[in-house]
Amino acid sequence: MYRETDIIQTIPGTDEMVINVGPQHPSTHGVLHLVLTINGEIVKKVEPHIGYIHRSIEKMCESLTYRQFIYSTSRMDYLAAHTNNHACAMCVEQGMGIEVPLRAQYIRVLMDELTRIASHCLWWGSIAMDCGAVTPFFLAFREREMINTIMEETCGARLTMNYNVPGGVMADIHPTFQQSVKDFVRHFRSKIDEYDELVTGNIIFQSRLKGVGKLSKEDAISYGCTGPTARASGVSCDVRKHFPYEIYNQIDFKEITHTAGDSYARYLMRLAEMRESMNIIEQLIDNIPEGDYLAKTKAVLKLPKGEFYSRVETPRGELGVYIVSEGGTTPYRIKFRSPGFSNLSALDHMTRGHKIGDLVAIMGTLDLVIPDIDR
Amino acid sequence: MSEVPNNENIAANADTGAQPEVRKSIAELAGPIPFPGTVHETPGGGILVSAMDDVINWARSNSLWPLTFGTSCCAIEMMSAYSAKYDWSRFGFEVARASPRQADVIIIAGTIVNKMAPVLKRLYDQMADPKYVVAMGACATSGGPFFYNTYSVVKGADHVIPVDVYVAGCPPRPEALIHALMTLQVKIKAGMTREQIRDEMKTT
Repeated sequence: MYRETDIIQTIPGTDEMVINVGPQHPSTHGVLHLVLTINGEIVKKVEPHIGYIHRSIEKMCESLTYRQFIYSTSRMDYLAAHTNNHACAMCVEQGMGIEVPLRAQYIRVLMDELTRIASHCLWWGSIAMDCGAVTPFFLAFREREMINTIMEETCGARLTMNYNVPGGVMADIHPTFQQSVKDFVRHFRSKIDEYDELVTGNIIFQSRLKGVGKLSKEDAISYGCTGPTARASGVSCDVRKHFPYEIYNQIDFKEITHTAGDSYARYLMRLAEMRESMNIIEQLIDNIPEGDYLAKTKAVLKLPKGEFYSRVETPRGELGVYIVSEGGTTPYRIKFRSPGFSNLSALDHMTRGHKIGDLVAIMGTLDLVIPDIDR
Repeated sequence: MSEVPNNENIAANADTGAQPEVRKSIAELAGPIPFPGTVHETPGGGILVSAMDDVINWARSNSLWPLTFGTSCCAIEMMSAYSAKYDWSRFGFEVARASPRQADVIIIAGTIVNKMAPVLKRLYDQMADPKYVVAMGACATSGGPFFYNTYSVVKGADHVIPVDVYVAGCPPRPEALIHALMTLQVKIKAGMTREQIRDEMKTT
């Protein structure tokens, strides 16, 4: 019917034509390739072609030990490296029966929430950029750099933290960690209001998002959407609430859901999540208990024969780690259930009948990270 | 005698051969390099004497337009480099372009896998001469953390297109990227472009 190498192909007998978006395209946030069937400006069909950044992480993990494979997962969803490591470390702990010290649990949750804010910050900048505004990008990075600095002080890296190890966290928090986190939260409380004033109330921005890209509750469930994408359609799917891990069952926080299911609801979802993350951080930051930050583990980890599964709530949704062990020092098989892959599958359904420009905005609200999809 | 090294100390060091090697920093090399030429004052103005190649290289090096080509993690650090805190436009890498036909330098920010390699080659071919390539991060340099035990990763972007500057790190800090681009500026100011070298080799 058409060849991928052709930029534009008309389909004989119809007014429709086929165009390629990507893999090198600024709105795909990476190297996603979309084959669009369009009639004029109207999108008839979207076919995502993935694999342009398939780095075979799952296969690679089969030859790494249970301590080593965690590091490669930082590169999977690099905007939330900490939550990726968290899921993997939890899965190994579950298999080994390791009890994580309370202090490590607090630190992990704090870092998870900081990561969530950093990830949503970048998303907020890029969604505004997708809709044609450039300034928010710079504002979002201003706040993101503060989190990066906090991460760097404690973890030693800005982006790929590699802070979680089986049994706890790699090092204790930096002496100034609590103060700098408190400073950040105080700073960010005023800035998120600025975000609202600048973009949320903007009439042009609202008309780009309101009523666009609707995803009903039933569709969200049947496509397997998770995270803010599904919660904006009214699906209650927060892993932190339904399958609480670490100390999330002791924390007082709300699971935010919207019912509209359009792009604007997904936008509001993530802004509300940032506020909720700040509440969680404020609850924990002064109450970090004293004690060990790392449980004593054997030098060589060997998981017993069997299958293990753990899940965490990343900024994009539910990340599942499934390990099949044959009893050796390396996993027999690892499967990652990445949130981006399922969310991307709903793109075709959400975009049909909308304009090409709306496709970009809808894709922006899905918050796709392509290496997370391709792995 | 004071702790501060004076001329005598340095001279003494030179005698014993223990004087530390003085290397020019990148700031000295790439900093505010003056316009390559001399101005001869004349009444009511001046005459500028220079070599054409020098002027062209000077102009090229101070207006490098990068292509927004980010495949993975390094792209985020590249975004950090052009956002407010690091702001690489201070050094002339101002306008990130989405189209290869408008770009001068391609920053390979992230892993190149087998499926992406032909696309990268095509993007490079679409760029107008003179064009430059920066391999950002361990993946683009050598495959990095994905060197062993993977079946799909290209072990270094230089298997696909020629690379001018390599940056180490996983991912490199924004400072490292800015350093790499300033190194590229030095390289451009130093002389011929890759295309000029190629053409010269053809003629001789």
